[in-house]
Amino acid sequence: MGVITLSVNGAAVAVPSGATLLAACRSAGIALPTLCYLEGLSPVGACRLCLVELEGAGRPLAACVSEAAEGMVLRTDTPQLVNFRRMGVELFFAEGNHVCAICVANGCCELQDVAVAVGMDHSRFPYRYPQRSVDASHPLFSLDPNRCILCTRCVRACDELEGAHVWDVAERGSHCRIVAGLDQPWAEVEACTSCGQCVDACPTGALFRKDDTNVTSHPQRQRAALLQEARQRHSWRNQGPPPP
Amino acid sequence: MSHSPPLPQASWSPPPPGDGSPKLRLATVWLAGCSGCHMAFLDLDEELFELAKRVDIVYSPLASDVKVYPEAVDVALVEGAVANSDNLALARSLRRRTGLVVSFGDCAISANVPGLRNLLGAPGAGSGGSAAAVLERGYVELADSQPGYPRAPGILPELLERVLPLHAVIPVDLWLPGCPPPAPRILALLQALLRGERPVQLGAAELQFG
Repeated sequence: MGVITLSVNGAAVAVPSGATLLAACRSAGIALPTLCYLEGLSPVGACRLCLVELEGAGRPLAACVSEAAEGMVLRTDTPQLVNFRRMGVELFFAEGNHVCAICVANGCCELQDVAVAVGMDHSRFPYRYPQRSVDASHPLFSLDPNRCILCTRCVRACDELEGAHVWDVAERGSHCRIVAGLDQPWAEVEACTSCGQCVDACPTGALFRKDDTNVTSHPQRQRAALLQEARQRHSWRNQGPPPP
Repeated sequence: MSHSPPLPQASWSPPPPGDGSPKLRLATVWLAGCSGCHMAFLDLDEELFELAKRVDIVYSPLASDVKVYPEAVDVALVEGAVANSDNLALARSLRRRTGLVVSFGDCAISANVPGLRNLLGAPGAGSGGSAAAVLERGYVELADSQPGYPRAPGILPELLERVLPLHAVIPVDLWLPGCPPPAPRILALLQALLRGERPVQLGAAELQFG
């Protein structure tokens, strides 16, 4: 496997060939915020928070879906990128109905954390207050689309890890929403194995366990990465330590 | 709901510390909120004694019986969203009479829980709520007896069509998130103001909503 060297914020970074710009930034110790990216799932570049500037590219690139190449010169901290990221997070809050104070995920929410990371003290955009209905038909879990940011991590977790493909994105633009099966109540979708991987992948409180309350909410967002690694190495945690 | 034009801001200079110097004139204001932010302010506990040496509370539901918002206020901590005509009038008058206005807590910043009534009313994205819909729900649909709208012009303030964050109706200088903002966060802000920091730079940890 070849090694690629590139420059991130003026520092030289070496990554294996095929690595993404996100991996390069993180290996340089730069904490790029992400929401749609989850280790263990394929990247989609939906949330646009990991935007970086590549010298000569002319436009910002989503680092999670861009491959590193020899000699690239990247910047992650220009005033324009800082502004874009904060604006993006403000738009997430304005777009749905995100009320941290009454949310099951309050205190363990990636959207809430990202707001802190980008320094959002208020939203400059007026809130939309869209009308969205909760699906509480499943015996164990609920979907509250008011808190959904359309990162599609649930869609990918169900498709790529469980192979059930219960979730999909319906409609277009501001009408976009996550649907179960053929836009059915979740409980009626026979493909659902109730594995809970969509719940574990959700960055907000949009998918949650019914018996979780605010304080006992227990996200296991590392589950996708553990599964991916176990499958690649054919090594499971109950079969002893992974090979060196 | 049209936003009011930006109002001229009074110049704000912090009072120098020490005995005999003029104290900072502080107001705390309670708009459409649960008073939880004011309760968090009381959580300052013994720090309140230190604060009292440096600060005059000139208007507050907690510590003052003044009914009319006074002139020449240095700092106002404004809790709550703007939900009715009284909230709106008070917000506009406090802006004219205050140097530095702080959106104090999630309701002032985002309309938060009071803003959830914006979901009532005509369906459809972006239509917001309506005063009639929330009155219908509260006083007619859910009434056990004597359904009917409360009406007392000049006594009961009229609901606005939409619950708004404070910065949608007046210019705001600072935002202090939290539901409520924890007492140490309030203290950090007040200490920064008393040190004369302008603009006040709060750490990332002081910006968490919820």
